[in-house]
This record gives sequence, structure tokens and C-alpha cells, in this order.
Amino acid sequence: MDFTYTVLILLLPFLSFILIGLLGTKLKPVTAGIIGTVVTGIAAALSYYTAFGYFGAGRDASGVYPTMIPWNTVWLPFSETLHIDLGVMLDPISVMMLVVISTVSLMVHIYSFGYMKGERGFQRYYAFLSLFTMSMMGLVVATNIFQMYLFWELVGVSSYLLIGFYYTKKEAVAASKKAFIVTRFADLGFLVGILFYGFYTGTFSFTPDAPALGAAKAILPIALGLMFVGGAGKSAMFPLHIWLPDAMEGPTPVSALIHAATMVVAGVYLVARMFPLFVEYAPDVLHLTAYVGAFTALYAAVVACVQSDIKRVLAFSTISQIGFMIVALGVCTSSDPHAGGLGYMASMFHLFTHAMFKALLFLCAGCIIHAVHSNEVSAMGGLRKYLPVTHATFLVACLAIAGIWPLSGFFSKDEIITACFEFSPFIGVTMTFIAGLTAFYMFRLYYGIFWGRENKALHAEHVPHEAPATMTVPLVFLAVVTLFAGWIPFGHFVSSDGQAYTIHINTTVAIVSLCVAAAGIALATWMYMREDRKVADGLATRFSGLHKAAYHRFYIDEIYQFITHRIIFACISSPIAWFDRHVVDGFMNGMAWVTEKTSWAIRYMQSGSVQRYCIWFLGGVLGLVILLLLI
Amino acid sequence: MNILSLFPAIPLLMMLGLWLSRNTKQIHAVMVTGSALLLALSLFLVFEYAGLRKAGVTDPMLFTDSVMWYRPLNIHYAVGVDGISVLMLLLSSIIVFTGTFASWQMKTDVKEFFMWFCLLSLGVFGFFISLDLFTMFMFYEVALIPMYLLIGVWGSGRKEYSAMKLTLMLMGGSALLLIGILGIYFGAGATTMNIMEIAGLHNIPLSLQRIWFPVVFIGFGVLGALFPFHTWSPDGHASAPTAVSMLHAGVLMKLGGYGCFRVAMFLLPDAAAELSWIFIILTAISVVYGAFSACVQTDLKYINAYSSVSHCGLVLFAILMINSTAATGAVLQMLSHGLMTALFFALIGMIYGRTHTRDIRQLSGLMKIMPFLSVCYVIAGLANLGLPGLSGFVAEMTIFNGAFMNDGIFYRVVTIIACTSIVITAVYILRVIGKILYGTCTNPEHLKLTDATWDEKLAVVVLICAIAVLGLAPLWASEMIHGSVTSIISHILN
Repeated sequence: MDFTYTVLILLLPFLSFILIGLLGTKLKPVTAGIIGTVVTGIAAALSYYTAFGYFGAGRDASGVYPTMIPWNTVWLPFSETLHIDLGVMLDPISVMMLVVISTVSLMVHIYSFGYMKGERGFQRYYAFLSLFTMSMMGLVVATNIFQMYLFWELVGVSSYLLIGFYYTKKEAVAASKKAFIVTRFADLGFLVGILFYGFYTGTFSFTPDAPALGAAKAILPIALGLMFVGGAGKSAMFPLHIWLPDAMEGPTPVSALIHAATMVVAGVYLVARMFPLFVEYAPDVLHLTAYVGAFTALYAAVVACVQSDIKRVLAFSTISQIGFMIVALGVCTSSDPHAGGLGYMASMFHLFTHAMFKALLFLCAGCIIHAVHSNEVSAMGGLRKYLPVTHATFLVACLAIAGIWPLSGFFSKDEIITACFEFSPFIGVTMTFIAGLTAFYMFRLYYGIFWGRENKALHAEHVPHEAPATMTVPLVFLAVVTLFAGWIPFGHFVSSDGQAYTIHINTTVAIVSLCVAAAGIALATWMYMREDRKVADGLATRFSGLHKAAYHRFYIDEIYQFITHRIIFACISSPIAWFDRHVVDGFMNGMAWVTEKTSWAIRYMQSGSVQRYCIWFLGGVLGLVILLLLI
Repeated sequence: MNILSLFPAIPLLMMLGLWLSRNTKQIHAVMVTGSALLLALSLFLVFEYAGLRKAGVTDPMLFTDSVMWYRPLNIHYAVGVDGISVLMLLLSSIIVFTGTFASWQMKTDVKEFFMWFCLLSLGVFGFFISLDLFTMFMFYEVALIPMYLLIGVWGSGRKEYSAMKLTLMLMGGSALLLIGILGIYFGAGATTMNIMEIAGLHNIPLSLQRIWFPVVFIGFGVLGALFPFHTWSPDGHASAPTAVSMLHAGVLMKLGGYGCFRVAMFLLPDAAAELSWIFIILTAISVVYGAFSACVQTDLKYINAYSSVSHCGLVLFAILMINSTAATGAVLQMLSHGLMTALFFALIGMIYGRTHTRDIRQLSGLMKIMPFLSVCYVIAGLANLGLPGLSGFVAEMTIFNGAFMNDGIFYRVVTIIACTSIVITAVYILRVIGKILYGTCTNPEHLKLTDATWDEKLAVVVLICAIAVLGLAPLWASEMIHGSVTSIISHILN
């Protein structure tokens, strides 16, 4: 089958970006929206068509889906062997990602019609969405690591532009700056990792040949570790996670698309992309990522339990869930799914299901914010009667993320926990505990919004109403996907060695994790469903120190603030600037000063009076005579 | 007549035309015709050059010509171009063209301003086509002197001080150059001033090379903003009028890098290989130091001047790596930096012309007031911090990859240090964008300001297009440079 048309999946959004970007406000807002949405729709259709074609074409003789490069061109050569290529690579994970990105992107495009209606800069918004879609697609179909880095930077900038969409808002500007700089810092690691990788293996390709790999054996752990730093930045791993909660300053559909479903899993995708090399040459680094991921998942889950802003809870839950994906990859010990390589499939599966239900959660959050004009849970409560569709879909998503059978989250999370137990019981237990926490904080949020104490004063003043159809249709669509995605035989499409793998539920793990999730939900129900929240408030006062620390995200942001302002700005930049003006430039000015003073001093030698010249003349002769005598 | 001689000839004719013109309209007509002609000519040259290379012509220099003009010292008017100089000519003509439009609103002594401007560009064009050391030096001086008047008369702020400082420091550099050139000439047997012939002779003893290499390198390095000889740059740029800043940062600073490569490294190869590490350290300092300094500046032009120190440091850094990938990156960086810094200075000039301040603490929320200029400023900023699809990324990535190809831990460490600039650049660029463009405007005076006029738009759009072309399709430029750079590098390494 000929897949050359896949180039269009990148090209069309790019053209739409250029078109909407150049015409700008000359376009009617609706026209811009339609162009963006139609183009994304076509890209989505092409992605589905590709997926059907690719998986339909079947496996090759060795039992794997063949990796195809339907289109590739040298973009920028560095040397004979090192060059940045731009191209399209189709393999199971890139095709899977195409489907995920185009689905969520299309839903967000449609949803934004309603959400962003009447917003100043509507055209700009759709232009940026197109740019993002193009970049993200380019990232996943990259044929080489440098192409990935290239699009990686582009998604970073689209994210920057979209977080700062409300550019007159101070917080939004600060958040966009923070997001860009923190991820840029991480990208430095990525870049240096690529430099090492390219130099020692002699190629930017994902699959260097065996002799090159043999030669690069010693350096690969460093290179891959550095690349993971880049991935950790984008995927908001502790301690580089600080930008993600702030990124919620952007419009909510953007949070759904970029900061929940697609861009933030780029780091996971990177590790998955380099997985064969990780497992073979740098297993220690891979396991290190598991610990990073587990810690992040725990940290974020704890913080999510006490946040009061709906989007922040979701942001921390995203961080926590990405932690799950990273852990799943990190616990792999081989590329055989039957013997220690299950995590790879589990991670990709979770990426897939999480993208759907997390996008759904954010889009629901958008509807809720749209209805009550506030992000704070205190402004909500009892909304179930006002927003029936949102309520139902939100509940589906909550059950999915909590891992309740038979929703999609149950299946992927179960695989992850099974993989963790295979690796080490410690990580397995930790992850199970975090899964329980997840159920707890999600239902705390759910009850806080839809049940519990209603903010009657606020709601009387402005009656919350259900969102228009452009917004609810995507919700229903994603909810349906969330309901049934678990039954996809995911292992048949994606697995660590490419062979078909049949997912079988590990009954012990399944029962335990179900019980834990149910316990989490029950606890949340007990604490938050009722009108009075005696227990919750009591606990908050009893452990006020812990509560406060968690609410302030354990002061990680303050530490960063300290480092950037007190150390980098005050102790490096300012002294350098001072040094430049006063020492380096001072020296130059000093030379000029000395020259000037000297000429003033000796100008009396040329006074024009003959007697003076005589004195100088005699003095000079005398001096020369003495000099000659001495020699 | 040789096609290359048109490059200095056209500015000369433009000066004549300016001298004869009686009103601003005629002056503008002369400038537009002349600079458009130069732009067309340089584009033609690029295509012609690429065509000849494609046809398999392998001479290192094309379109060569040589006329004796001072026999006792074998000084010729010798011209010729390779891939590097062709692109430098293109860069210069783009900037002269856009600079003309950026100074469209100039009111005082327009005629004289443009005459000096033409003389300056004459020097620049002459420099890039010259193959004779002395002729090259002469054109170099021709480019420097008008700068003094352009800043001193048409500048702003502490203009006399800045003009004097800039001229004296650059003159100091050219004094070193003159000595160095004579040293090379006599060291090579005093038979020829032609660069290609001296390189062919390859007979300067190492002991002499060791003396002349630092002299010539620093001589050119002053203009290329080599740490610690860069301090003319912030003051000079801050005081210079818009078009002069553009030409100066965009083209004149490239003379430094070009000269370091073409003269210092090419003619004194053994010393270059031996002593490069000292200058690598200095340039690595330039890169990081400039970027950190830019982080705390409050004047837009100072920020950009320090950013130029950082980016031009990267040019010299790459040249000193002595491998063809890094050197290709250096030339790409010259192009890229020339275009984007010219764009920056043009935009800063336009903002300053409206708000009468360049202090970032007094500016805010410009995005709402002048959307066109602000969007262009964001694009310039993104190019500066190396966004893929714009020229900065192409150049920086080529440099980092090239530099990393040199064996040895020293090169690795300095490359990683240089790489950190991508983060610091992001810090200062986003700081400025966040402060002056975003937010809400607090100064009621600024609310009344208008967006760009057609001439300003033209200047800005041409520059952005050039940046985007180089950033989206870098292959042609990279190949054109690589061919020429390789012959120079292999000469240095042998």
C-alpha cells in the first residue's frame, strides 16, 4: 500500500496555519474556525485511513508490522552521515499516536467553536491550534531523532503561544514564559544527548546498525539519559513539572489538547521510541526513569488531593498519570512482553486511554467553568441538576481514571500495575496505592463540583446552564470512546517486540486494584458527598501543616523562584553586566582617559616659545649623552 | 566589465545621483532604484553562482578579475567570489534595501545621510568581493569611517561619546590589521597581495605565523565583537540611527567573522590550528557572557547589542573549530544573525520612533496598540531563540553539531557551554516580549500611537521572508557554503 499521502497529514495543518496566520483578522472568526476544523477533520480522516491501511496490511514474515518510511528528504546536512531529514515514519506507535492526536485535536477544534465564541483573537487561536497539530504530528512520525527535536521545539512554542493566549493577563504571560523556559532548559539536555548520540553512533536514525552501536556502547547510557531529561521536561516529571500547573492559564480546550492529551506525553513517546536502545544498552537508566516516574506520580497525586482549582487538580492528575506511563516503560527488563517487557505495551495503552479520558475531563471542566465563570470548586457544588450531559460524561471519565471495570482506564492501569509487580513488589505496591489516591482525589473533585455544598448565592445570581451542542457533542464522543476503548485488543497492535500480544487480566492484581479504587471512591463519597464536609475540614485543620505544604505544592515553585531570581539574575547576570560596564568597558575608557591626560601633560613641550624648546633640546642632548656614557 | 565590480559601482552612482537630487522624493527614488538594483544583482549572482557550480566548475573563486594599481607593493584590484562571499553580498544587499525603507521617515539632512549610507555600503560590498589583502583593507576602512559621522550626527543619546568610542576601538583593530597584513605580505616573500596566491604559496614560517595570527584575528575580532573587545557594540548600537544599526549589526559585524576566516585562518593556517584553543575559550565566554548580560539590561538596544555579542561569538567560535560543518554553521549564523538582528533593530527603531523610549520598564501592552510591529517582534524573538522553521535554528544546530565533531574533551565541554546559550537566550527574549508587548498598556500617551506605515511594513516583511526562507529550506545555502568552506578548511588542516 502506498502511504505517500501521509505527508498531507503534516502539510495541511501547516498550510492552514499559514493561511489563517497571514490573513489574520481579515478573516471572519467563523471562517477561520471552519478552515482550521475542516483541515483537522481531513487530517483525522487521513490518520484513520492510514491506521486501517497500516494495520490492515498485516504483518510481515517475521510477525511484526513493518516500519515504513513512505516519504523522507534531507533537510539539512551536517556531514556525510549526519543530516536532519524530514519525513514520515509509520510504525505501530506512530500510527497509534496519529489517531490519538487527530481525534483529540478534532474534538478540541469543534469544542472551541462554542468555548471561544466571541473571544478576541479567535483567528489567532485557530492558527495556533493548526500549528500545534502540525508540530505534534511531525513529532510522532519523525524518521530520526533530530526531526523529533525539531518538532519538539515547535510544539514547545505552540504551547507557549497558546498558554499566553490571553496575553493581557499577567498570570498567563508569566505562565507561558515559565513553561517555555523550563522545557527549554530540559531541551538543552535533549540536545546534548542528541549530539552525543549522533556523534558516537554516526547517525540520527532511531536504529543505528550493529557495529555503530557496539562502538557507542559506553556512551549510550549518557546519551539516552540526557534525552530523558528532555522528555522529563516536556512530560512534567519531578522536578521539572512546575510549568504544567501554571500552564492552565491557557484556554481550557488548549489544556485538554496540549497539556493533558498530547504534548505532555511526548516524553513518554520519546522513551518508547528509544525503547529498544534503552532496554538493550541502558537498562539502568531505564529503571531510573521508573523511580522518577513513581515519585512524580506519588507527589502529584498527593498534591492533587488538596487543590481547590478544578484545572489544577486535573493538571496534577495529568502529571501523576504520565508518571504511571513512565513507570511502566521504566520497569521493562526485556523487549519480550511475556518476560519483563509488558510495561511497554501497558504504557502505550495507558497513553491512549488517558488521552481520551483526560481530554474529556478537561473539556468537561471547560463546560463547568463556562457555566459558573470560575475555576474554584467553591463556586460549584450541586451542579448535577444544571449540567446533566457534563455530569454524566465527567462521571464516566472519573470512573475510567479511577480504574473501574469495564472502563478503559481499568484495562491499561491493570497492565501497568501487573508490569510493576513483575519488576519489583515495592513499585507495584506504590503504584497500587497511587491508583487508590487517584480514585480518591478524582471523586473528591467530582463530588465537589456536582454534589456537596452548593454555592447557592452565586448560582442564584447567575444560573448555570448546559453548554451548546458544539461543546457537548465532543464530550459525548469522548465518553463513548472512554467507555469502550478498553476492549480494543491493544496488544495486537502495539507491543514491545512487535509480535501480537493478547492482553490477559491478572485476576489478583485486578481484584486488588479494584478494591483499592473502590476504597478511594468510598472514602471520597463519605467525606465530600454530603452538604457538610466535617470530616474533610476536620482533617485539614488537624494536619494543617501537611495540608498547607501540599496546597503550596511542597514549595517547589518557591525554590525555583529563589534559584532564578536570587541566584541566576542577582548572582550571575547582574554581576556580569556590571563587570562588563565597569571593568571591561572601564578599562577601555581608562585607556582613552590615560591617552587624553598624557597629551594634556606633554602639550607644554609644544608651547611655541623658543626658550622652552631650547631647554627641552638641551635636556634631550644631556639625557642622550648620559645614556651613551652609561652604556 | 566584471559583474562583481558593479557592487561597488552602483553605490558610487547612487552617491552621484543623491548629490544631484534636489528633494526628498528624488533622493528616495535614487535610493530605491539603487538598492533594488543591488538586490536584484546579488540574487542574480546567487543563481549564476549556483548554476556554475552545478555545471561542475571547481575553481575556488569565480568571476575573478585583477587589475594592478600599485606596482611597488603588488597591490591589485583583485575580485572574485565563492559561496561564502556570494551569500554575504546577498545579505548586505537585503539589508541595504530594507535599511533604505527603515529610514524613509528621516527628516534631517536626508541627502547627506544617504550619501554616507551609500559610502558605507560601498565599503561593505567592496570588502566582500576583494581578493587582494590591501584592497580589502581599504574597503574595510571605507566602511568604518562613515559610521563615525552617521552615529555622531544622526544618532541619539550620548551620540558623540558612542561614535568616538566605536570609531576609536575599531580603528585600533584596523591598526592591528594593517600591521598583520604587512606581516603576511612580507612573510610570504613580498611577491603578492592576492589571498589565493598567498595561500597557494603556503610559505610563511610558523614562528611568524604565531605572531601575526593573534594580531590579525584580534584585528578582525574587534569588529566581530570578540570578548573583551566588544564594548563598543552596546554604546554604538544604542546611539546609532535605525538604518545604521541595521547595517552595522547586520553586515559590518560580519566583516569581522568573514575576515577572521578568510584572512587570519586561511593565510596563517598552522598558527590557527595551534592557537585556536585560546580564542575558543574567549569566544565561548562571549557566547555565554553576552547572553547573561542581555538578561538584565533595560534598554532594548542594549539587550540586542549583547545578544549580538553572544551570537557573533558563536560565529567566531564555530570558525575556530576548524571543521567544515562548524564553519558552514558559522556562515549560516552570519546570515541568520545579520537578518534577524537587522529586523530587531528595525523594529526597535520603529517602536522608539513612536514611543520615544527604549526603556522596557516604560513600555507595556504594545501588542494591542501596534499589532503588526509586535507580531513581527515576536517573530524576530523566536528566530533569535532558535525556533525551527526560522533561520536561527539552522545555523545554531549546524554549529553545535560541527563543534561536537572535534575529538577531545575540551571541545565537548566548550560546545556544551555554548549550547547553554539556547536557554539563556530564551530567558532574555521572553522577558522582553512579556514586558513590552504583553500585558496592558499603562501609559495613556502610548494608546494614541499608530501601527506601521507601508514603508516600515515593506522593510520588515522582506527581512522576515528572508529569515523564513533560510529557516524552512536551508539546503541550498548549506550546500553552497559547504563547498567553499571545505576547500578552506582542508587548506588549514594540511
